[in-house]
Amino acid sequence: MDAVIKKQLKIQACKARMGIIEGVYNAKSGHPGGALSCVDIVTYLYFAHMNINPEKPDDENRDRFVLSKGHAAPALYSVLALRGFFPVDLLKTLRKSDSILQGHPNTHIPGVDMCTGSLGQGISAACGMALGAKLGKKNFRVYTVLGDGEIEEGQVWEAAMYAAAKGLDNLVAVVDNNNLQIDGTLAEVNSPYPIAEKFAAFGWNVIEICAHSFDEIDAAFNAAKDFKGKPTLILAKSVKGKGVSYMEDQVDWHGKAPNEEQYNQAQAELKAALAELEA
Amino acid sequence: MADVIKTATRDAYGKALVELGATNDKIVVLDADLAAATKTGMFKKAYPERFIDSGIAESNMMGVAAGLASVGYTVFASTFAMFASGRAFEQVRNSIAYPNLNVKVCATHAGISVGEDGASHQCCEDMGLMRTIPGMTIINPADAVEARAAVIAAADYKGPVYMRFGRLAVPCVFDDSYEFKWGKAVTLCEGKDITICASGLMVNEAVEARKILAADGIDAEIVNVHTVKPLDTETICRSAAKTGCVVTAEEHNIIGGLGSAVCEAICESGTLVPVCRVGVEDKFGKSGPAVELLHIFGLDAANIAAKAKQAVAMKK
Repeated sequence: MDAVIKKQLKIQACKARMGIIEGVYNAKSGHPGGALSCVDIVTYLYFAHMNINPEKPDDENRDRFVLSKGHAAPALYSVLALRGFFPVDLLKTLRKSDSILQGHPNTHIPGVDMCTGSLGQGISAACGMALGAKLGKKNFRVYTVLGDGEIEEGQVWEAAMYAAAKGLDNLVAVVDNNNLQIDGTLAEVNSPYPIAEKFAAFGWNVIEICAHSFDEIDAAFNAAKDFKGKPTLILAKSVKGKGVSYMEDQVDWHGKAPNEEQYNQAQAELKAALAELEA
Repeated sequence: MADVIKTATRDAYGKALVELGATNDKIVVLDADLAAATKTGMFKKAYPERFIDSGIAESNMMGVAAGLASVGYTVFASTFAMFASGRAFEQVRNSIAYPNLNVKVCATHAGISVGEDGASHQCCEDMGLMRTIPGMTIINPADAVEARAAVIAAADYKGPVYMRFGRLAVPCVFDDSYEFKWGKAVTLCEGKDITICASGLMVNEAVEARKILAADGIDAEIVNVHTVKPLDTETICRSAAKTGCVVTAEEHNIIGGLGSAVCEAICESGTLVPVCRVGVEDKFGKSGPAVELLHIFGLDAANIAAKAKQAVAMKK
């Protein structure tokens, strides 16, 4: 991928991480770990891949994005704010009673295409959107991001079967494979592995990547666009809490807000990373 | 005397979909492997490109319906009431109703009149479940004429609607001159001694019950409550204030459906009058011929008349 674009994506993703921490810290609750693990992919989609326009968030021909792992809302909100859908300042109001930024994605928020949060449901809505594009002979594409724990929900496999059976090649689902869910590692809780093989057996085109490499992300989404006849599953190996040292690969940081000291440390680390990128 | 023509509301639903399909190319119909039974098969035959079978996966079907609605379609999603309101309850709540999407959840085989299939398929809880979802409209038509009219009207309404149709063929209460008014209960016959609030196939039983009551000198007013939510409290409470007592009649658990809704409305109206409820008395159904079951579970004119007399006796 183009070096200038890659650098810009890294800068935006770093800023998005700062927005995630800002939101969760001010809310005193939320899900930083899984937001940080998928934010590079969400940044890529909104800044380099999807056909969207912050000036026209309801354009009927826009590409759609469904955050099926709705608890990663701070990642989506940060990226939408940075992309110009609403002011970045709003991120501080996350989860407050007078804020539009609900704990989980809600379609009243500019740029949010589907209410999600109850796991397993987003991918079905994404299937409906992709089917709608096919029925209406429209060219828009549909993207959805699922958690790896989320795919323990039976509805995900109903949708997986459906998307393949209906030939929804305008649909890309990402599994954010950080290997941790609330109660422990996937293996400790109820292993959904092998994930790639399962989706392949359900009739999907499967691509495996590192969730934090923009080169690999870019190659995967472009390959998905060119692939005809099957939906694409991008199995993105990620690090939960990526970008904040003490949160990385720690199950405890699934659904917990940093205290003041932890907040300061996280922002200092991200600020340093940003300074390095902008140097 | 000629035989009374009987039609199931599900048949009227299927025909109405075909009618809609001819003039509205945004209508899409989904089903979960029950097109022959729900009668969406009629639409499938007429407009195969706009009929999508979701297979035996109702939860996913409701999500797909939400996604289709979000990109501009008017979606009719059908399966049996048990699966539409029960299995897929949370998908209807979170993916359809919460984003206020334009999906008509059209549930057939509601109530005990499913018959021989038995309790696993006889959903008498659906209106109670759907009634607690914010913004959900619930329509339970009395006959084929009303069912057709309600389906046509629902296509013009923007937002989620739960429509309830029966398997059993029942006589028509209305003729072709009937005009369906969105959200407005229909006063079928006026009376002065008791108000019978009936919904679905019980409207026909209410008409019969009125004759039984008349023989005993009781003059019953019949209000057809086709829309259980939002409830036409004005019509119901005005009638209750006039007659002084109410009996409700529905093919549903007496908990959560029309009976509950009417009690809530009466209590809050300040006009406190006795209300007796006819419905499935908090029981599971069982196998048997539909008409026989309706009698066994007290979903008939005789029981409406009996409960009506109780209500009249309770009047001060």
